[in-house]
Amino acid sequence: MTGYVVHRLLQMIPLLLGITVILFGVIQAAPGGPEAALLESDRFIDPAVIEAYRERLGVDQPVPVQYAKWISAAVRGDLGVSFSTTRPVTEMIFERLPATLELMGASFLLAAVLAFLLGVVSAARQYSWFDHLGTSASFVGIAMPVFWFALILQLVFGVWLGWLPVAGTQTVGASSLGDHLLHLILPATVLSLRYVAGWSRYLRSSMLEALRTDFVRTARAKGLSERVVVWGHALRNAMIPVVSVMALNLSGLFSGAVITETIFAWPGIGRMFVQAMFARDYPLLMGILLLGSTMVVVFNLLADIVYGILDPRIRYE
Amino acid sequence: MSSAAEAPLPVVGQRGLFWRRLRRHRLAVISLFVVGGISLLCLAAPLLAPFDFDAIDLGSIRRPPSLGHWLGTDDLGRDLLTRILYGGRISILIGLFAALIGTGFGSLVGAVAGYYGGRVDGALMRFTDVVYSIPTLPLLIVLASYSQAGATSMAVTIGVLSWMATARVVRAEVLKIRSMEYVEAARGLGATNARIIGRHILPNAVGPIVVGATLAVGNAIILESSLSFLGLGVQPPTPTWGNMLMDAQSTMASQPWLSIFPGMAILLVVLAVNFLGDGLQDALDPRAETR
Repeated sequence: MTGYVVHRLLQMIPLLLGITVILFGVIQAAPGGPEAALLESDRFIDPAVIEAYRERLGVDQPVPVQYAKWISAAVRGDLGVSFSTTRPVTEMIFERLPATLELMGASFLLAAVLAFLLGVVSAARQYSWFDHLGTSASFVGIAMPVFWFALILQLVFGVWLGWLPVAGTQTVGASSLGDHLLHLILPATVLSLRYVAGWSRYLRSSMLEALRTDFVRTARAKGLSERVVVWGHALRNAMIPVVSVMALNLSGLFSGAVITETIFAWPGIGRMFVQAMFARDYPLLMGILLLGSTMVVVFNLLADIVYGILDPRIRYE
Repeated sequence: MSSAAEAPLPVVGQRGLFWRRLRRHRLAVISLFVVGGISLLCLAAPLLAPFDFDAIDLGSIRRPPSLGHWLGTDDLGRDLLTRILYGGRISILIGLFAALIGTGFGSLVGAVAGYYGGRVDGALMRFTDVVYSIPTLPLLIVLASYSQAGATSMAVTIGVLSWMATARVVRAEVLKIRSMEYVEAARGLGATNARIIGRHILPNAVGPIVVGATLAVGNAIILESSLSFLGLGVQPPTPTWGNMLMDAQSTMASQPWLSIFPGMAILLVVLAVNFLGDGLQDALDPRAETR
């Protein structure tokens, strides 16, 4: 197992290098370059000022040179300086990261709990009204545009009922832990929707398979109660593939956070990403994209490791 | 329906089997009609729509649904039903084109990698891994912010970022088919590699390709609406379901119908497309029961 993990970690290096090359290429392809943001204003700007600006940012040099400089700094943990705030990109990211991780964590927990309940119960009572309702709801959940779902929740629970706050992380002047958690409910619900739907469908089919196995028949024959059979014997085996899919999807939560944070004015990385996009803050965009890609790569490894731990039949070379 | 399906039919081609299996999937059939119906209505928008999509009528702004305006009007007095029909043309076309580009490119990459194997396979699949590891929506947002978004550039951008899953699936299929005897026979008869891939391998991998393409249509429609929501989609006055939602979000509380109907349109089409994909998956599986 240790050998396998070390091997996989070594494989990550060329993968991450490839990712930085593509990301750098994408950012380089930006039309107009960073000075475009300056030129958008109506004032006349002396070309010499523009030239000095480009020189200061280092964008006047050939692309391979820029990449070499960027990557040699990046491996030392320096992702450059933000165009819009002139602060180090890593500093800005770490400042916003806790809010995003909190949102991702809350959504993950919520999605896991709901998906397990839905998946197990609809498998245990296949073709019951609960199963049909769950299946339909899951299809709707997957087909629903996330931001539209968010707008409707804001309308219903924020405007009409007035139960929940619709933006930010706390009420100004009345912040408390309870208040903060209230602010978390809607964004976490929105971000988890897709995963509740996807995971519960997956767990349902995995459970149906497990419920048809011989060991479940044996457990029933021993006279164990249906609850023990379903939640103990069947679920423990059915959840193996589902848990590794859940680890894989962790990175999807990061993508989803871009939209969710923007709608709910949640001060995390996703919202900062959209702001950086409008400000043409390329080093910051690059840094956030790199963080997201790293998450994908790490979570993929995590998914494989979890699979190996849960399923004793898997042996890693 | 069971008597017709069980009637003795000595010879049924693959196509016949496909239709028979699909017909049994009742939700998929309904979905086919829903998607087809909505697409036709949208295509025929210039003939059907009661108004012009950019006809401003300041005398009747922000009207809730009524007999004159079935789905109400927006803040410029434009008829919402008309705009949904016109918007659907763009949204559905973007979905179709993006899925076509993504599936075409993905199939090509997967087929070439799987067929040639070795170093070609290694290089192509590592490239696929790299692109797959970059979170799609953020990358799409950056790319979309580069171009003056029109429908075509929108479809191309989404398509360019949605080929990776297809490439992997098609490669796995091709690896299976490559060693089949009929491929060996074709090679023995002197068929070129391009002919073997195009004539003998890809047609036998059509199941996963078609299913993937169907799901990609729904996915692309959602992505288009997400980008429009951030202001990066097709620019007004051309309506799309995404930019109609973007316009409506500020008036969600006072004129909820402006957000609810375009959202319902997206939901309905994507839902139907996904059901259809589900049905196709069963119908195109050659190993499924043939009854």
